Amino acid sequence: MAECHPVGFQWVMEAKRRGATIIHIDPRFTRTSAVSDIHVPIRAGSDIAFLGALVNYIISNDCWFREYVVNYTNASALISEDFQDTEDLDGLFSGWDPEKGQYDPKSWQYRGVEVSPAAGHREMFSGEPRSERGASITAEEHDPTLTDPKCVFQIVKRHYARYTPEVVQQACGIAPDLFLKVARALCDNSGLERTSAFCYAVGWTQHTVGVQFIRTAAIVQLLLGNIGRPGGGIMALRGHSSIQGSTDIPTLYNMLPGYLPMPKASYDTDLEKYIEYNRSASGWWSEFPKYIVSLLKAWYGNNASAVNDYCYNYLPHISGDHSHMVTVAAMADGFVKGYFVLGENPAVGSMNASLQRKGLRKLEWLVVRDFAPTETAEFWRSAPEVVAGDVKPEEIATEVFFFPCAAHTEKDGSFTNTQRLLQWHHKAIEPPGDCRSELHFVYHLGKRLKELYRDSPDSKDHPIRDLAWNYREIGEIQEPDAEEVLAEINGHSLPDEKPLSAYTELNEDGSTACGCWIYCGCRKDGVNQTARRTPKDEQDWVALEWGWAWPANRRMLYNRASADPEGKPWSQRKKYVWWDPEQKKWTGYDNPDCIATRPPEYRPPEGAQGIDTLSGIDPFIMQAEGKGWLYDPSGLLDGPLPTHYEPQESVLKNPLYGQQCNPARLEWVRRDNPYHKAWGDPRYPFIATTYRVTEHHTAGGMSRWLPWLNELQPEMFVEVSPELAGLRGLENGGWATVSTIRGEIEARVLVTERLQPLVVQGQVMHQVGIPYHWSYVGRSTGDAANELTAFVADPNVSIEESKAFSVQIVAGRRASRRRAGAVGPLAAPEPGQEDGGEPSRDLPEVRTKKPATHGERSGRQQQTEEA
Amino acid sequence: MAADSSKIPAWPAWRQLANGDPVGLGASAFSPRSRALKARINEADRAVGSVCPYCGVGCGQQVYVKDGKILDIEGDYDSPISRGCLCPKGAATMQLVTGTHRVKTVLYRRPYGTRWEEIPLERALDLVARRVQKTRDDTWEDQHEKGHPLRRTLGIASLGGATLDNEENYLIKKLFSSLGVVQVENQARI
Ligand code: SF4
Repeated sequence: MAECHPVGFQWVMEAKRRGATIIHIDPRFTRTSAVSDIHVPIRAGSDIAFLGALVNYIISNDCWFREYVVNYTNASALISEDFQDTEDLDGLFSGWDPEKGQYDPKSWQYRGVEVSPAAGHREMFSGEPRSERGASITAEEHDPTLTDPKCVFQIVKRHYARYTPEVVQQACGIAPDLFLKVARALCDNSGLERTSAFCYAVGWTQHTVGVQFIRTAAIVQLLLGNIGRPGGGIMALRGHSSIQGSTDIPTLYNMLPGYLPMPKASYDTDLEKYIEYNRSASGWWSEFPKYIVSLLKAWYGNNASAVNDYCYNYLPHISGDHSHMVTVAAMADGFVKGYFVLGENPAVGSMNASLQRKGLRKLEWLVVRDFAPTETAEFWRSAPEVVAGDVKPEEIATEVFFFPCAAHTEKDGSFTNTQRLLQWHHKAIEPPGDCRSELHFVYHLGKRLKELYRDSPDSKDHPIRDLAWNYREIGEIQEPDAEEVLAEINGHSLPDEKPLSAYTELNEDGSTACGCWIYCGCRKDGVNQTARRTPKDEQDWVALEWGWAWPANRRMLYNRASADPEGKPWSQRKKYVWWDPEQKKWTGYDNPDCIATRPPEYRPPEGAQGIDTLSGIDPFIMQAEGKGWLYDPSGLLDGPLPTHYEPQESVLKNPLYGQQCNPARLEWVRRDNPYHKAWGDPRYPFIATTYRVTEHHTAGGMSRWLPWLNELQPEMFVEVSPELAGLRGLENGGWATVSTIRGEIEARVLVTERLQPLVVQGQVMHQVGIPYHWSYVGRSTGDAANELTAFVADPNVSIEESKAFSVQIVAGRRASRRRAGAVGPLAAPEPGQEDGGEPSRDLPEVRTKKPATHGERSGRQQQTEEA
Repeated sequence: MAADSSKIPAWPAWRQLANGDPVGLGASAFSPRSRALKARINEADRAVGSVCPYCGVGCGQQVYVKDGKILDIEGDYDSPISRGCLCPKGAATMQLVTGTHRVKTVLYRRPYGTRWEEIPLERALDLVARRVQKTRDDTWEDQHEKGHPLRRTLGIASLGGATLDNEENYLIKKLFSSLGVVQVENQARI
């Protein structure tokens, strides 16, 4: 955190000054470790073994926060009699279908009632109609004593019983003493008077079990009562200025603004079905219809009415996975013709860089927008395969448009930071030359397309014809007014067009329009709330008047949990929001995250519907039953409880189960994306992990062109321990070549004790640290770490595994003609032929499915994917 | 050496003694030259509130402007997030936005071309709009063979958004969804 989010880290240091214990768990010793009380070097990819052992420690030493757990989590819920755990099935849960290579989650559900998850894969279901889901939530079966062997608490206890300090040593290479020191520090600092926080950077998501890493942290925090309370929580430290915003208002394939799912082909065939499949009968998602109707009113204006389902049928439908890697694989197979790349640099930042570039070569046209042509824009003339002569520019048909972008100082707009805070940046000067904002680009592109399709009678062109696309144009460059766009996102009433002030004002009858329901209120009273900059010294520590946080300017989610079931603060020291019996409402330092007038005594009557099902004690209002989920009855594709699986390419056999890897992980079994053996591949004996340095930013588009930053961090390097250097004859400052079956890179060697060999199961394991910022253009160039990585992903979110894989490292520079999986004379052999047909890479065997026509991705399918 | 009384007070040691500032950390540290120095930002016509464009912490920035040019970009002391601090990247924002690396014209590489050509912005926008129209029309999928609606194109894809404004992401999602483009992705999945 000190390396990648330095200014955020000042608050960790502030906490340390006030007596907090700082624990840093990372394979490398970094600037963060240097100021921490405890540094725990961990084998990359073994996090669930470590966190699972914390769960075990907390339960077996009775350190859990009973009143919190009983009232605020689903610990007491009874699970289906059919459920079987990984304990029973050697690493698999019940419901595994080896033919399809996926789980049927039916047996994971609660007894007596089926619930929809608040997030994740809501299409998972085992019965229809789904509008009934959660309808009888009051009929859920519980055991408040937490002793029934089929209640969540007992299932969790049993599942983690084998995660002992000895297992931590075997899986993570961490000595039992060190583990116990961490466990004790965490438990001593949790409870009524104290809270502990987890902070992670999103490298934690870049594993085939990434979602489950974070889920394990959530289980730990719920057991300790550390969620929804000041000083607690799980903080995702994200790496871009508005990556949170681009998730809330998603430039993502599977969602519409405000976490509404994209329509799914064959299910969500009309508005009624879409609502039926996606609303929950209980909890806050029962309000779902209001949000989709208001969104459609914002997009299609007066053209959207009750008679035509508010133009619902204008929305495109997804069938299965259309995520980044699926799209690039389809591109490499020639299915994608045109590609917009807006302020991103996939030729450097995405997995298997040579496959990314193969995709770019197959396009008809490519648009890149950035400050200067990036590797993605220049792939046709300076990529490694072009320099090597394996591919000639004269043979690449792709038409490339490079548009120079405007900087944030040259446009108005808001960023949403990693804590959900929207902050407005004002335009300071005009953009130079032909540099323009993306707002300008998209708006003028849309205007042209509306013109091109203006007279088209074809029904496919109606959405574009009827799209509400009138924004005020400012100045000579005709920049659309960003604040007008923000006003549309905020929403207004109809027909009087008054700005709305809260999402609770939205309706499902077409009388409100709102571009993103969770952002409703960001322009309350017609005032740009995101531009508020009341100095910190003029307000309290919660700072409600700096920017605006979604939802409802609430700075801490689930803060109802900061008070006890009766609504009183758990302790004076950790006071945050509370029930005021005199005023008969919730109050406090922050905006309470519950129905403000609902008293703590309220209990839903039998048969209650919608938000009436939320009792006065429920803090997790987005969940169907208002409780934090220790165990996930629905929504995850790889199991209801986090389980330790090894990375796709590991040096170790799974020490816990026969099942080696996450059985539901996504693989791309293709010639240009070969894999190593699942463990112990003699060709690739070392563990590699990738990371950022303080002085550069992601794929380098905003840093490798700046002399100031290049001077601070001039060159690509790899980090190795003195022991590994000795073993491989590497010299500090000398060259090394790191390779996988996908590619090879060269870099200067940094021999440092910051990396330590780990002893795991009696074997000495070496880890190689590889920063990923560099590639072949810019003012500081070097080989790209992502030449090494593979297309392989977490099944829930399709995020790749780049933080743990196996590599070879040798002294010296690479050959000038580089080996790469996707191109060149040394391209990989056909799958299965790698080792002359050696044994399978995993248990159970990964079945190669007939490639889909679009985005070949063998082995795994999503629940909704059509046959 | 001829005594030059006007120079004596310029000796740092002498100034320290004369000012009762033995460690030299007070006013005596100034020389006439350094006393005359002014912060660059004093000249600014205005300071514009901004936010760091790099990572997700969201540190506050002040952009100092004079005559339509940026003089400097500094941390905003008022921000409850950053309290005036910027890290090396945030502190390099000035160079990011004013550096000579910035390309200011649209570049075009024709199919099989070996070099970039400059083309006017308006023309480039026209060409891209026509490419979108053609690809969309050529690759349109109206219905699944089983009869349910698809109403989309898998021939066009878009990547990026995490470095952009919320308003920009909103227009991208709104336009591309209405065109039937579903393969819209950004850094959040990487
Ligand atoms: S100054 Fe540094 S820590 Fe702050 S937002 Fe910018 S990059 Fe992040």
